[in-house]
Amino acid sequence: MSTTMPTLTDATFDEHMANADVPVLVDFWAEWCGPCKMIAPVLEEIAGEQAGKLQVVKLNIDENLDVTRRFDVMSIPTLLLFKDGEPQMRIVGARGKAQLLQEISSYL
Amino acid sequence: MTEVRDVVIVGSGPAGLTAAIYSARANLSPLVLEGEPSSTSDQPGGQLMLTTEVENFPGFVDGIQGPELMQRFRDQASRFGAELQTVKATRVDLSSRPFAVWTSPGGSGEPAVTTRALIVATGAQSLMLGVSGEDLLLGHGVSTCATCDGFFFRGQEIAVIGGGDSALEEALFLTRFASKVTLVHRRKELRASKIMQDRAFANERISFRWSSVVTAIQGDTSVTGIALRDVDSGAEEILPVSGVFVAIGHRPNTDIFSGQLEMGDTGYIRTFGGSRSSVDGVFVCGDVQDDVYQQAITAAGSGCMAAMDAERWLEVQGR
Repeated sequence: MSTTMPTLTDATFDEHMANADVPVLVDFWAEWCGPCKMIAPVLEEIAGEQAGKLQVVKLNIDENLDVTRRFDVMSIPTLLLFKDGEPQMRIVGARGKAQLLQEISSYL
Repeated sequence: MTEVRDVVIVGSGPAGLTAAIYSARANLSPLVLEGEPSSTSDQPGGQLMLTTEVENFPGFVDGIQGPELMQRFRDQASRFGAELQTVKATRVDLSSRPFAVWTSPGGSGEPAVTTRALIVATGAQSLMLGVSGEDLLLGHGVSTCATCDGFFFRGQEIAVIGGGDSALEEALFLTRFASKVTLVHRRKELRASKIMQDRAFANERISFRWSSVVTAIQGDTSVTGIALRDVDSGAEEILPVSGVFVAIGHRPNTDIFSGQLEMGDTGYIRTFGGSRSSVDGVFVCGDVQDDVYQQAITAAGSGCMAAMDAERWLEVQGR
């Protein structure tokens, strides 16, 4: 289950999205956020199980304010699902695995 | 066949994990259904997962971060052999023994586990205001977690709603980021402890709006202000803020026990002598049965009581 999720930054975000050939789920998180830590293992599992259909990446909001502001992230954890570089859906707040999968299923 | 355990503990805050430590050390191999991740204070680790510094838990002279304290509780329970599953109990049947517990996903068909003794430690979750704009703007300026979201309000003016310790703790924490924090409280005085009141009154960035209730949260894509009504004069006013932090209290997480365990007038589960509930073999601890103290230390203490009561009860049953 120790799938390592790629880390995006302000500098790499746009290029990464432009080159993605599957939907990308971006986890906006920070070190000081308890619920972010709770969902980290859930996201790792999803990343492993959905490999090839979905990519899960992390973006530290402390260090990457540009992307954070551009997508109006004002609460963490926030998950944004991108398809063809465009945000398709937003999940604010921590969820269990089953519910997360259900919410993103129609985009996969 | 569904497995029959000696002890299943529902919930993993200070009460549930203390019950786990004690029942694991009594060789009862407890199973802890710790819940699923959530941001509404109904989650693994309980309400302390949404807090920062805990200064009043004995033994931690310099304080400790809430999530770190809960990680330590969890590690200690694991060390003695408690089994922890990150699933949510969605249904229980307490009408016959062993008691049956269903978990998510699923919740229909065969129960996930059955148990001779059940320890209920499901805690409480934050109350919301229930005013227009609140649902729509949750995550866009409306927050129930200052530690999660305070960062986004650097240099901005925000409001904290509530008058208890949690509200003041959030307000004080938020002064690290916000230029001004207005504490909105429906009464003329605070419920919070003296030390928290003194700190809040001494903080230049915190101002108080007494005898006021929020009637609406305004904004289309993010919060622009809150509508306040003075409870004495009835006067209405808009307070321009970009963030609203709600800390008006909690409600016990009792949904799955409704109609099965006796509750008091305030909706908390009733206990009878120690931790016993209205059903023989079901023990209750922590905030779900406590509408008075609601502290990490009292929850932990009651978790210990529930584990010891369950252990003695199992002995009498000749398990």
